[in-house]
Amino acid sequence: MAKVPVQFTLNGSEKAEFVESGATLLDVLRDKIGDTSPKAGCRQGTCGSCSVIVDGELRLSCLTLAETCEGASIVTTAGLAEGGVLHPLQRAFMDAFATQCGFCTPGMIMAAKALLDRNPDPSRDEVVEAIAGNICRCTGYEPIIEAVLSAARSNSISAA
Amino acid sequence: MELRKTYFADERKDDLHEIGQPRPRSDALGHVTGKTAFFADRSFPGMLHLKMVRSPHHHARIRSIDTSAAQKHPGVVRILTAKDVPHNLYTILILIQVGPEDEHVLAEDKVRWKGEAVVAVLAETERAAQEAAAKVEVDYEVLDPVLSIDAALAPGAPIVNEHHGRNYYLYDSGEARKVRFGDVEAGFAAADHILEQSYASAPIEHAPTETTGCIVVPEGSGRFTCYTNTQAMFFTLDNTSIILQMPGQQLHMVGGTVGGGFGGKVDVIVEPIAILGAKLTGRPVSFVYSREEEMQISSPRAAEKLVIKDGVMKDGRIVARHVKAYIDAGAYSRHSPYGAQKSAAHFPGPYTIPNVWVDSHCVYTNRTPSSAMRGFGVTIGDFALEVQMDKLARLIGMDPLEFRFVNAYRDGDMKAHRQPTEGAALVECMQEAARAANWPIDERFMAMSSRTREGL
Amino acid sequence: MAIRHGRGVAAINYPTGMNLGGDPTQALVHSTPTGNFMVSLSSVDLGQGMKQIMAQICAETIGVPTERVIVDTADTDTGPHCMGTFASRGTHRAGNAVIQAAREARQVMLEVAAEALEVDAGDLETDGTGNIQVKGAPSKSISIFDTALIAHFKLGRSISGRGMFLVPRSYPEAATGAMKPSTCYAHACTVADVEVDDETGEVTVLSVKNVFEIGRALNPKMVEQQLVGGSWMGISHALYETTEPYYPAREHGPTDFNEYLMPGPGDLAKTEVIVLERPAADGPYGAKGPGEMCANPQIPAIANAIFDAVGVRIDTLPITPERILRALKADGAAAHRGR
Repeated sequence: MAKVPVQFTLNGSEKAEFVESGATLLDVLRDKIGDTSPKAGCRQGTCGSCSVIVDGELRLSCLTLAETCEGASIVTTAGLAEGGVLHPLQRAFMDAFATQCGFCTPGMIMAAKALLDRNPDPSRDEVVEAIAGNICRCTGYEPIIEAVLSAARSNSISAA
Repeated sequence: MELRKTYFADERKDDLHEIGQPRPRSDALGHVTGKTAFFADRSFPGMLHLKMVRSPHHHARIRSIDTSAAQKHPGVVRILTAKDVPHNLYTILILIQVGPEDEHVLAEDKVRWKGEAVVAVLAETERAAQEAAAKVEVDYEVLDPVLSIDAALAPGAPIVNEHHGRNYYLYDSGEARKVRFGDVEAGFAAADHILEQSYASAPIEHAPTETTGCIVVPEGSGRFTCYTNTQAMFFTLDNTSIILQMPGQQLHMVGGTVGGGFGGKVDVIVEPIAILGAKLTGRPVSFVYSREEEMQISSPRAAEKLVIKDGVMKDGRIVARHVKAYIDAGAYSRHSPYGAQKSAAHFPGPYTIPNVWVDSHCVYTNRTPSSAMRGFGVTIGDFALEVQMDKLARLIGMDPLEFRFVNAYRDGDMKAHRQPTEGAALVECMQEAARAANWPIDERFMAMSSRTREGL
Repeated sequence: MAIRHGRGVAAINYPTGMNLGGDPTQALVHSTPTGNFMVSLSSVDLGQGMKQIMAQICAETIGVPTERVIVDTADTDTGPHCMGTFASRGTHRAGNAVIQAAREARQVMLEVAAEALEVDAGDLETDGTGNIQVKGAPSKSISIFDTALIAHFKLGRSISGRGMFLVPRSYPEAATGAMKPSTCYAHACTVADVEVDDETGEVTVLSVKNVFEIGRALNPKMVEQQLVGGSWMGISHALYETTEPYYPAREHGPTDFNEYLMPGPGDLAKTEVIVLERPAADGPYGAKGPGEMCANPQIPAIANAIFDAVGVRIDTLPITPERILRALKADGAAAHRGR
């Protein structure tokens, strides 16, 4: 099968790969680059576990062709902590006991980050809308909503 | 969440350091950084992908299987059929002597449900495995299916599973696990009212966010390391050992980081065939359910049918409860004979009733085999019981919560399956619920205690 | 045509364990040379947090802070046998095994400390922060760090223990059904408030007030996780979920999360959780299994609330808008009957 060259930045570092035409960004991230933080929960675009941020936009990496990411800037949950310091969302998910099995967590955090990046002070309804494409089977969502709201509050405190 | 420490305060030790403390979870850091390694987060050079050819029919005889076109598909490394599996006929609970063996790892002469595994294809890529699986030709003679509990138990129904020889599991007690306590007919004769009602449920999927699967690595030692998300490590190891006729010491199961189970990962389905594939090819093998397989192929919670007949007095006492429960096991036992037994023990619910009669059946149909799920053998029974309780209360014009107090089990009461009640707390849960919901109930119920039969 | 309000209640109990084969789980505990403790198991953490709970149980029993306990589990090469994680058995069965193993290890630890302090082991206690001291004379003490070093390098003692949980296998009596399929029982009572649109059949669960009795909340935040998530799943089972919406018809089965319905984050009921503790005599620090029962009482409570709202009984799960509408149609009227 024909291979296509693709270059992008992943969490700030340059990546250059030859990918099969038609390969998904999810498979390239996980199998070629070794960033397994995006999870393959359905490969149908219906669970959100594979969510990543591409050029500032939340994307389902299982439905994104890798070859369309030429020149893109990609962020995954694996790249959120800087210098060993957790991102406020990561801290908040831990503090709020918002993870159980943890499989949906990286995708949830991506969805929440995409929201907070464009709206640092969201309402509860806006949080709900932002994570509505992400399935969690353990928590009943409430602790996750709380965690995102709490991260937003701590962000606004540190920004003030 | 609120902890109400006023109840049973004298039974609780409060001089503990670590117990009762809301310590942070040790696994949370891995979860929020994406570093937690689930089984599929490992990859190995040369890893093959396994895909199943599945039955498109509910019930059919296999006339022939032709894998020649699939063999030639680019990327295909090996194709497995029933004859490749050393001990192809198995059942999970045989480990604790609950038989008979009734299920094939890969179908032999017949398929008994739509989705049953028939041929396994191992290929260099998932895509190649999928494409080759589509080229396997199976010639089926379609048979009449049995698709419901009623159809399965009807006279002259086709036999779903010849290893049972009948469409229900045969317990030592006969066609059902039976509980007989008191004299239920005498209870009905004495009752002021009798109410008989039927309840039913459809299958439910566990829907964990991580689908069922495993990755197997043949090691230089001749052993096989199987990274799995099973809920039961040694169930998986020991059943695999039987199915593959492979000494247990050649098997090494590694797991314990699971993206949700809810009972759906208790069956031993993916590991034996993946290990066989690794053995026969000498290469690592990945077998991971697609979401579609997780939804329609992995065992669901069973559909159930229940008929509950109660005799009740005007003063609220239930004097007789007669339960017929039917659990739709699908085509194979898996854990269902146990689920039906557990349900038999669960009736008549958390109530003290002097006369109880229970028959709980495990019924075979040409459907996706059902198995354990959160609340196995209990959840649907509780739905039926508690709706029935509501109906009974309304029938005699009593408040539904007060009606439950009248019948609530308390310490020392003998249950129908002849275990004395210990550590009961139903009364206190209902008292607290009445408070929390502002549900007015008579003072005498608020004064009750699970620890004594006084006060009512 | 209107939105009708209704309220329903349900009360349940739930058995801990699966005594079909004795329900065994084993555990091993040993100390490192510097007084950290390893728990070896083959039990599976499904995400409910078993590793954390076993660490807290071991820490409590030995008398060290939880962070000094490492749990190594779910590896058949290193962990002793566990039947598996199901039937609400994990915390109870593995917890009991860990306590037994940790007690044996603690005893050796105290004997080593006694030799170092030249006192009787029976006169020693742990302070919970990492020290062993003489009862009534806490200034006479030795750290667990030093105790472990002495055990390893001077006395040649293995600070370790073996734990086992097993109950006699229950064979049901064929004629009467006398059996012991499980051990202690958890309890719950739920009051649900719903609104039913009698024009569309749509049900909105306004609130669920859940009271759960779970023996002992070993880690209250983790118990809350289970109970809140379970309550959500119960609501989901009541109203949404099935792989075969027209069972026994085999058609129309969902194959993805668009078709398999569950309440999303925008569909949450106001969820109240109250926990009572009646410690189980046979439970690890009194704990019973809370993992399954927490998803059960919502289902009948909601069914009963729907009847309270619109006067029709849906006795088949899930209680879909279609079933409610058909029942209302059959009933001929959607008159509110009240409680």
